[in-house]
Amino acid sequence: MISVEHYLTVAALLFVIGIFGIFLNRKNVIVILMSIELMLLAVNINFVAFSTHLGDLTGQVFTLFILTVAAAEAAIGLAILVCFFRVRGTIAVEDINVMKG
Amino acid sequence: MEMILLFAPLIGSIVCGFGHRIIGERAAMVVATGGLFLSAILSWIIFLSFHGDGYTISLFRFIESGTLTTNWAIRMDRLTAIMLIVINTVSALVHLYSWGYMDKDPQWKEGESYKPRFFAYLSFFTFTMLMLVTSDNLLQMFFGWEGVGVASYLLIGFYYRKPSAGAAAMKAFIVNRVGDFGFALGIFGLFYLTGSINFSEILDPHNAEALSKTNLQFLSWDLNALEVITMLLFIGAMGKSAQLMLHTWLPDAMEGPTPVSALIHAATMVTAGVFMVCRLSPLMEYATFTPNFIVIIGATTAFFAATVGLVQNDIKRVIAYSTCSQLGYMFVAAGVGAYGAAMFHLFTHAFFKAMLFLGAGSVIHAMHHEQDMRNYGGLRKKIPFTFAAMMIGTLAITGVGIPLTHIGFAGFLSKDAIIESAYGAGTGVGQYAFVMLVIAAAMTSFYSWRLIFLTFYGKARGDKHTHEHAHESPIVMLMPLAVLALGAVFAGMVWYEDFFGHHWEDFFGASIYANHETNHVVHDAHAVKSWVKASPFFAMLLGFLLAMWFYIWSPENPAKLAKQQRSLYALFLNKWYFDELYDMIFVRPAKRLGNFLWKKGDGAVIDGGINGIALGIIPFMTRKYQAMQSGYLFHYAFTMVIGVAVIVTWFAVTGGSQ
Repeated sequence: MISVEHYLTVAALLFVIGIFGIFLNRKNVIVILMSIELMLLAVNINFVAFSTHLGDLTGQVFTLFILTVAAAEAAIGLAILVCFFRVRGTIAVEDINVMKG
Repeated sequence: MEMILLFAPLIGSIVCGFGHRIIGERAAMVVATGGLFLSAILSWIIFLSFHGDGYTISLFRFIESGTLTTNWAIRMDRLTAIMLIVINTVSALVHLYSWGYMDKDPQWKEGESYKPRFFAYLSFFTFTMLMLVTSDNLLQMFFGWEGVGVASYLLIGFYYRKPSAGAAAMKAFIVNRVGDFGFALGIFGLFYLTGSINFSEILDPHNAEALSKTNLQFLSWDLNALEVITMLLFIGAMGKSAQLMLHTWLPDAMEGPTPVSALIHAATMVTAGVFMVCRLSPLMEYATFTPNFIVIIGATTAFFAATVGLVQNDIKRVIAYSTCSQLGYMFVAAGVGAYGAAMFHLFTHAFFKAMLFLGAGSVIHAMHHEQDMRNYGGLRKKIPFTFAAMMIGTLAITGVGIPLTHIGFAGFLSKDAIIESAYGAGTGVGQYAFVMLVIAAAMTSFYSWRLIFLTFYGKARGDKHTHEHAHESPIVMLMPLAVLALGAVFAGMVWYEDFFGHHWEDFFGASIYANHETNHVVHDAHAVKSWVKASPFFAMLLGFLLAMWFYIWSPENPAKLAKQQRSLYALFLNKWYFDELYDMIFVRPAKRLGNFLWKKGDGAVIDGGINGIALGIIPFMTRKYQAMQSGYLFHYAFTMVIGVAVIVTWFAVTGGSQ
């Protein structure tokens, strides 16, 4: 029997993989974007799991919203990435270090 | 009528002080002087037509906060009426006198405008003094009290180019703060205990009696509430009236122009303390310790100031110490319960002391602002009118009259009334006061005649040129002297029965309360033996003869005596070393503390702290934070995750909202 804990474990694992994807990856910015997607999906799994567990549809409604927002965010992220590549000629994470005082 | 009387000086002050550029110097002075004369005439009308128990005119609500309700009001009763004529008469005459005295003052250069400022200050002083005496609650009184303090400060420091004048002004202000501290505490205490500061409530004898049965806990002491409050209020009076321990500012206040000394430091402001004690007579009547303390302080002051007055050489300082001494007399009378006698002496003293001061001013004016009596001498012929005025003033202050009758100069009647009251009080402190006052009377006579002899008799001393050019003062300066001379001669004889007769309580009405069960002092004073009544007269005669001997018959005597009694002479000349003592106890430690706080507290701690933070810690931290900012996204993300982990852990450990 698969209980809510199993879903939560999977979601937590996915979330942590996403986090580690962000700061362990030194290669490509696209991987960071994918990691963010992964974290959002982990949250979605949590929402759906609790939604069925508590019998409340609101969670699934939120999931749909998050999917929409994630799609938009991915589009904007990729657009910024394209612009960045045009300007700097690279999208390697190592080279993106202008955010400092 | 009361409103006009009260606000004419204020309007005069404002017009004169701010408007003299528009209406001209002369017109401004006319406005100020005219306002004062109007006030003076109105106050005489009020005083002479006054009957009954008095009334209160409410002007407007002053402060309303919680249970405290204070009106701005005029309380008109006999006590106020007496003060009104004293203040306004002397003030009007001093205004007139200043026309002559302040003309062409050597402290200012040609073309500088200083006279309107002087007149504005004088009028402002008069206004605040009127506020003080017409108040119907302690807060308004305190306003007037501080107002006269400010005016006194401004006028003492009027010659602001002289550093000594500035220092004297500050001294007067600061010494008065000590007294005001007591006064303010007294007001707080009264409000705390009775819930009111209005005279109509706190001066109710039932209230005073209730207070005398209340006890106050302070630290570990158990004190009688009434004694504490009257004591605190009297400390205020001591400051303003320059009584022993808080007297040091008065002689220094002579740095101000002479008309100021006559008005503020002789006739009006310094008597505010006496007025206050009389005003609070119901409280004083039920207290036991405080009145005795007042008598002791008053008698000691009278004695002390007289001894110092014996040897001073500055003509104004002699009169200043004389004022200090006479104020002591008034406090003795108020302390033993003869409030009428205190007010009587206040009333007559205002005339003859203002006259002595104005006369001294006239002498100083004649002698080109020379104030040292050792440089006077033989001025009788040069300035005969001033001589006559000073003579009358001296006869009045020394108390010349026919013993055992009521015929004599003003001071004779009022001073004798006080001395008889002190004896008639029948208490130990009363006896002490009696002895002190009689000795002081002899000394008063001595130094007053010394002043006359040194100034007007003998050979001309000092700068020859100045003596040749000595001239009688203009008529505007002599007229006030003539008017005051009338007061100095007749004020005593005319009003003796009212102030100190058998029916003095009818005269004062409800303004003064005497507890009939305990206070028979006036009755007893009338019944004292003849030798008591005559003693001040013989003391006066003794002083006069000694002065004659010392300064007319054998003028080499004073120097010889001073050599013989060197330490005593030094003690008197240096005012019993009070200034040196205070310098040692208060001034120098305060300076050291100030220096310490300046160098160590302000310099090292505050400035050092701020500089240390701004120049040391902040740049250090900045460099550290700078190193932490790598610009790499993954570093920032990692920091965020660590932050979240820490917050989550914190919440998990502490139990979150629980």
